[in-house]
Amino acid sequence: MESIGVLLVAKVIPYLEQELNKRYNLFRIWDYPQISQLLTQHATSIRAVVGRSNAGADSHLIDALPNLEIISSSSVGVDLIDINKCKEKGIRVTNTPDVLTDEVADLAIGLILTLLRKICESNRYVRSGNWKCGDYKLTNKFSGKTVGIVGLGRIGTAIAKRSEAFNCSICYYSRTQKQESKYKYYPSVVELASNCDILVVACPLTKETHHIINREVINALGPKGFLVNIGRGKHVDEPELVSALLEGRLGGAGLDVFENEPHVPEELFELENVVLLPHVGSGTVETRTVMADLVLGNLEAHFLGKPLLTPLV
Amino acid sequence: MANQKNNIIIEQSSEDNNLPKVFLHGPPKFSIVLQPKPSHNFHILNPSSHPPLHEFIALNPHHASSITAVVCTGGFPVNAEVLQLLPSLRLVCTPSAGTNHIDLFECLRRGIQVSSAGNLFSEDVADLAVALLIDVGRKISAADRFLRSQLQKPWDFPLGSKLTGKKIGIVGMGRIGLEVAKRLEAFSCMISYNSRNKKPLLSYPFFSSVLELATNTNVIILCCDLNDQTRHIVNKEVMLALGKGGIIVNVGRGALIDEKELLKCLIEGEIGGAGLDVFENEPHVPKEFFSLDNVVLSPHKGALTSESLIGISQLVEQNLKAFFSNKPLLTPVI
Repeated sequence: MESIGVLLVAKVIPYLEQELNKRYNLFRIWDYPQISQLLTQHATSIRAVVGRSNAGADSHLIDALPNLEIISSSSVGVDLIDINKCKEKGIRVTNTPDVLTDEVADLAIGLILTLLRKICESNRYVRSGNWKCGDYKLTNKFSGKTVGIVGLGRIGTAIAKRSEAFNCSICYYSRTQKQESKYKYYPSVVELASNCDILVVACPLTKETHHIINREVINALGPKGFLVNIGRGKHVDEPELVSALLEGRLGGAGLDVFENEPHVPEELFELENVVLLPHVGSGTVETRTVMADLVLGNLEAHFLGKPLLTPLV
Repeated sequence: MANQKNNIIIEQSSEDNNLPKVFLHGPPKFSIVLQPKPSHNFHILNPSSHPPLHEFIALNPHHASSITAVVCTGGFPVNAEVLQLLPSLRLVCTPSAGTNHIDLFECLRRGIQVSSAGNLFSEDVADLAVALLIDVGRKISAADRFLRSQLQKPWDFPLGSKLTGKKIGIVGMGRIGLEVAKRLEAFSCMISYNSRNKKPLLSYPFFSSVLELATNTNVIILCCDLNDQTRHIVNKEVMLALGKGGIIVNVGRGALIDEKELLKCLIEGEIGGAGLDVFENEPHVPKEFFSLDNVVLSPHKGALTSESLIGISQLVEQNLKAFFSNKPLLTPVI
């Protein structure tokens, strides 16, 4: 199989890179200062692309790889892959659902708790050496609050389950109401935001959900409300979010994702009521390894003519 | 007009003089945070909670025998010496769940009642325990710090470790321990515990020592009382048994852990990380902690949410009112 060309478009854990290198003729996109060099030399030998949440394959790249058969993403979200083009050209697409659900849900709860209970701020405060007895900076209780989830898929459901253990009430918005769900449904995100204390974004990024968190939603959430985004940066109108935080129209935000990673709006660095993470949703050794195995398993199945493990297309 | 005003002041004083006297035994800001609303049942001698008790008595020796109740907080002990100073004391009211700053045995001996926060803070403290655990495991504060340093692009941040499914050992299965267990069960964690006695109604596996508990788990969460038996209950042996990937969370009292040993184990990589809301000599925290990325430090805020504050103010007032109306305390300790 060493003659099969595989293009790696994003940095992945060493284990995955090493295995891909062992099994295939691996091209790393960052080894070429210009992508045109890579394409001129090797386009025809590339039969697979391996991507991640931060890099995929757009229409231009897909067109430039005439022998592309499969795109395998180490992520559940595939918004950076031109799915329609893949369907047109009969290119298979796989992702890594289920194996990262718990990890991302754990992180969402972690973001909520660190945000409401001001853990990062407290940590900074103690490390400054300035702690004096009787400093009574109050924080916000999480238990018993109302959590509103945008997108009640696998990850949204896992977040709901964990929140319920904190005696939280759960409500949600999704494209269609889930008849089997016991949680309260709101037919719009604005209504959801008006009726919850903490709004969590957990849906896929599509044309419809682009900037689903806009000024209206942010204002509905309000100065006592908190936004947590573990979806994609483009779910949120970022400039609107920043001005709402600066003006005190929103209580706080916990963000694992940003519109233009790795860029983070600098105004956020001055704020105490935000928690900022470098897209670590699935970021544990255990889970990234399982995701890697799924990528490798899908590629192997494809090149052996067997059924794919987790096909999207 | 002036005479009337003076008369009013005198009248108020004589009214106050007949009311039982309550003393606020805490730091200067303590009273702002916890002052019961003025009541017809009792009179607070020192609303500004300044000067501290011994100085106050030195300046007003006649009050030593007039003080019937004390509202005290951690760091301001009510020990045998204080009890000796206040011969008319009948009630000690602490706005905390912990009572290690009160000599309960001596209070019992003298027939002094004690009230605490009861279970008011259990949820908030349990929430904090889980918050600290997720933060340490998933490196949330460290990652936030990393981003704010703005030095590193592209993002190359180390991976954390998975929480779902981990084996959690809870030390102390009172109300707080139970709330922690309930929360972590939703993360599919496997709960086991150690406490003074096995709880017959609990189905979680029980270990009769913290050492055994640490040997069989990945995470230790301290939710127990501080007393002679539990001082330094987490020592070097326990930490080595917990192992290199292990995490310790302390929302109990600082002295439950041998702090010097903890620092050593963290620096040498003998344990994975620690989330600490309490320390042996608050507010002093050893500087060596500050440079460690695998610890999360919190200034004893387990119960300090806006919601809890409203709750505890009400509870302290209700306990004082009940006591001075000869009714049972709402949250008695002894």
